Order: sequence, then structure tokens, then C-alpha cells
Amino acid sequence: MKVDFKHIQAAHCENGVTTNLLKSRGVNQITEPLAFGIGSGLFYIYIPILKVNNGPAIAFRTMPGLIFKRTCKALEIAVVRKTFSSKQKARQFLDLKLSEGRAVGCQVGVFYLSYFPKEYRFHFNAHNIIVYGKENDQYLISDPVMENVTNLNSYELERVRFAKGSLAPRGQIYFPKENSLVTDAQICKGIKSGISRNVRDMLRIPGPIAGVSGIKYTANKIKKWRTDLGIEKAKLYLAQLVRMQEEIGTGGGGFRFIYAAFLQEAHQYLPNDKLLEISQQFTRSGDLWRNSAVQAAGIYKGRLSSQNDFDCMGDYLLEIADLEKAAFTALSKIKW
Amino acid sequence: MKKSEIPQDPSSLNNFTKEVCYAVDETGKYTTNLSTGWDIKASALNLAWEDIDNRISQAREKVLNGKASPILFYMELKLMDISTLSAYTGFYKWTIKRHLQPEIFNRLSHKKLKLYAETFEININKLKNISCDES
Repeated sequence: MKVDFKHIQAAHCENGVTTNLLKSRGVNQITEPLAFGIGSGLFYIYIPILKVNNGPAIAFRTMPGLIFKRTCKALEIAVVRKTFSSKQKARQFLDLKLSEGRAVGCQVGVFYLSYFPKEYRFHFNAHNIIVYGKENDQYLISDPVMENVTNLNSYELERVRFAKGSLAPRGQIYFPKENSLVTDAQICKGIKSGISRNVRDMLRIPGPIAGVSGIKYTANKIKKWRTDLGIEKAKLYLAQLVRMQEEIGTGGGGFRFIYAAFLQEAHQYLPNDKLLEISQQFTRSGDLWRNSAVQAAGIYKGRLSSQNDFDCMGDYLLEIADLEKAAFTALSKIKW
Repeated sequence: MKKSEIPQDPSSLNNFTKEVCYAVDETGKYTTNLSTGWDIKASALNLAWEDIDNRISQAREKVLNGKASPILFYMELKLMDISTLSAYTGFYKWTIKRHLQPEIFNRLSHKKLKLYAETFEININKLKNISCDES
């Protein structure tokens, strides 16, 4: 069985799954930047006590699962989402949905994901793929970050659906409940609510670690890393920061370029020229993030090592924090 | 980032896929293009793997010197930490910490060893054999 489904590559897995699933259910307007913006995907957080792969826990995007949930809710599309304690039931449910002709989203872990390069296979459990068919024992897989469709046999799929550890997927499966047509007015409404929620997340979360204040917090931490951690550990921490920011899935510049693209697309629905100006600010911010990555690489490649170089790295982030604060403040002041 | 500036450096993604990057074209409009990788982040990933290799060889040393049980070596080899290993085996974290001691490891039941061996995708003999072979 094979569902009528078109694979479109995306920068980010959850954006891609959201876009492709909604498109397959009749929402023709949806694009990756729109899904990301309506789902208020842009974020920043540095959780100091938590360690990920022995390095700092830093995220440039919102919690896994929220982009799909928020985008569907904003566009008034009902969603089915299920997790399973039994592997057998998880497989039966998946097969049932495929036989009904539905493509479905699955949360998976990447450590056992056989078609990924080994260098990328860490115990990261919040990857998203689409299953769109089954031929004999092979499930047909559309992984949005891959150029082409691929497949996994039933054992391989079960293994990644039931990966263990933090954010364990527990066989999670999700899809839009019905076919639906979405009007441009609904898209406009979604854009507005997506932007205002993103303003809230970046400017108004109390405490120092999230949003624009989180970027400042990280900047000040980085300046102390050289003395607090020692140069070798500081290098690893900076490398981890750069990976979270630039690795496959981010579209470059810690998702800032995707957000800038979203504001340009938003302008086509809501022709307020402020959106174009603010889009340029996010492009500038993404560029600064990338410049900071070049500075960080100077340190972790061993070319730079003085306290001055760490200060310079921190100053990049302070400049970014100011820029993003100004950009989100401008967004909050738009009169629709 | 301008479309013409999207880096096309060699990376671990080569032969698997290219990745989508967002950038502006000559008129300032956003568009996407594929990238083979960026040297800056390829070296960040390399460093992460160097660190993993270090951890594995330190674990091997500890096991060979009788300071830790082979579980430590295979845990590092599979990029796990104690909580991930706990999630896969079902043992409590404190139980695993005990099992990391060689004396206690040597007294483990066949059933418990089997759980570890399955998680590490090896057989029990290999788990008990402390030559710490990576293959």
C-alpha cells in the first residue's frame, strides 16, 4: 500500500513534517517558513544545570512537537496524536492508518536510524519523519531533512519509534484528522497569533535563561568559560553551541533565516511594510550568529585562545540579544 | 546570508544528502538552496567525536586497570550516559552505578548480563571479556 504523497525537502524535520502532512490534506498555502512562524518556532534557551552529550543544553527553537500542534490549532485543523506502551499495538495502528490511505508523522530517535550518517547518530529522540506506505516488510519513509525518500524495515522502524531515554517517542504517531481547506483569512489570523506568541516567548518569559535574556545570559557565561571550565572544556562547549545553531535542521543562523523568510511570506498576506524591515533585522541577526560561529571555530580549532577572544565571542551574543530585542519589540508594536 | 554565500564544504553528510539553507537572492527575497556542508560546523562535529573517542579510550583504560566494569566501556562506545542506559535496560541509575564496579559486575546473574549485552548489541562472552574490542 502506498499513499498519494509528495516528498518536499525542508530545512527542519518538524517544519517539514507539518508542511508535508498539511499539504497532503489539502492545505495548499502552507510552506516551511509559514509553518515555522505560525507555530512560533523561534526561540532561545540555555538550561544551565542540564547537560546534553556532556555539553551545555542550548536550543534555538521551541519544544519538539509544538510547531505541529500550534500550526494545526491556529488553522483550526483537528489533530490525532497517540503514544503506545505496546510495540505491537503501535505497529497495528500505523498499518491501519496506512491502509486507510493516510500519511502519518512519527517521532523517532536518531541513534538507530540506519539511513543517517553515523556521525549524526546521537541519542536524540525528537526527530520527525513521515511514513507514507508499506511494501512487504519495508515502510516507505519521507524524512524531511533528506533529499530523497527512503525506507526502513519493520524492525528498524519499530526500534527508532521505541528509542529510549529523554524525550522517548513511545511510538508517537500524529496526523491531521480530516482533509481541510484553509482560507487566506485563517492564514492571516495564524500569522498574527504566531507572531504575538513568539514575541511573548522571546521577550516576556520571566527569569534569565530563556528568550533574549537567555542570549545575554549565555554571552556572560561564555566570557567566564575560559577560567571556569579550562580551555579544553570551553572548546567543547563552544562547539556544541555552534552545532545546535548551525547543524542540519536549522536552515542556518540558528533558525533566524527561516524566521526572516516567514516575515517576508507574511507580508504577502498582511501587506505591512514593517514586516519587510523586521525581516531584514532577522537576516542581520542570522548573519551575526554565523559570524559568532566563525569566532567560536577560531577558538575550538585552536587558532584563538586568549580571554580577549572569549570576550569577543560573548560580545557577539550581546549584540545579537540587543538586535533581537529591538526586532521583537518592533513586531509587538505592529498595528494590524 | 546571501544565496551566493551558502557554503559548499565537504562534510559527513556527503554521499547521504545535502541540506536546505535559507538565504536571500540578489533582489533581497528569501529562497532556499542546497548545501553540502560548512567547514565551521564540520569541525565542531569533529571535535565532538574526538571527545567521544577520548571518553572511550579513558573508559578502556579504567576497565583494563580494574577500576571499572566493562559496562563503562560499552556504555561510552554506544554514546550513552547512565540515564540513557537506565532507560534501555530498565535498571535504576544507582543500580547501574553499582554494576560499574568490577567486583559487583563479576557476580551479576546471567539474566542481568544478558540485558546489558542485548542493549550493547554484543554477546555475553564479549561483555565479560575485558579486552574492550571496538568492532
